[in-house]
Amino acid sequence: MVLALAATALVVLGLLWEVMAPPLSERVARHRAGRRLVPTPDYDPGRERRAEARARQLLKSCVNGEEWAMYRDLGFVRVWGRQAERPGDHATAAGTPYAYLIYPHKPILAYLPQTGRLLNEYCVAFPDQTRPYGSARLPDSDDVLAKWMALTGDERRLIETANLHLPGRQLDPRQVKRDLWRLRQWERERARSTAAGDAVTR
Amino acid sequence: MKFLRMKPGHGEVLIAEGDVEVREDEQRLVEEFRRQLDAGMWAAVPLGGDGRRTAQLARSFGEVPRDADRVIFFPRAAGGR
Repeated sequence: MVLALAATALVVLGLLWEVMAPPLSERVARHRAGRRLVPTPDYDPGRERRAEARARQLLKSCVNGEEWAMYRDLGFVRVWGRQAERPGDHATAAGTPYAYLIYPHKPILAYLPQTGRLLNEYCVAFPDQTRPYGSARLPDSDDVLAKWMALTGDERRLIETANLHLPGRQLDPRQVKRDLWRLRQWERERARSTAAGDAVTR
Repeated sequence: MKFLRMKPGHGEVLIAEGDVEVREDEQRLVEEFRRQLDAGMWAAVPLGGDGRRTAQLARSFGEVPRDADRVIFFPRAAGGR
């Protein structure tokens, strides 16, 4: 009788161990990992600000006056698609004019300026694997400039590299529509002030 | 001609400079160009004057216009999330 009870107790203990051991060992491992000191490079906001200031100057020196003013005032740059000509140009290539909006560290958005229809999000990154300060992320304006150079230099190559998604995956379509409205207002205002400036100089 | 490289946490860095008409300088620029491309960089030459501006991506030093004043290296594009 005692022997049978002892055997049963042993079996029960064995089964309990099977059930309890994995969560217990996982909890111990988590506790140890939590206490371990993981070296992380210091984030220096001053250094990042200086990097961004340098990147802005570089961007300004590469894009034209309108694109720079657009980025400064609105926070994004519009680049016309090269497979079709922009409105107003004497088009030699066929096709509906389309354009891209370049935001820092967000997907490139393709859209139809005439209708405002959003076409695609192109998710692309420029990770620097040397990670000089522990991060592979370029300053915002460098990211914009990299996209601008890649788009204007070899649109097809960049688009083929990017991951294609439908609009709305990362960029809120309502926000983009607002940005397009802001862009139209901004262009109208700019055209008005340019016309006024011309009238004064005449 | 100046070679600039975009760098996280820093902005652009001048990595090489030289006169392409001077043979030694040109050789040094060619070697640095190759080194950057081997390190996974793309090279772009900003083009244009007062009007519409563009860039030209160069896959070799031979594709860089002789009169370009700068070449900008930036990390190769990868599909993002």
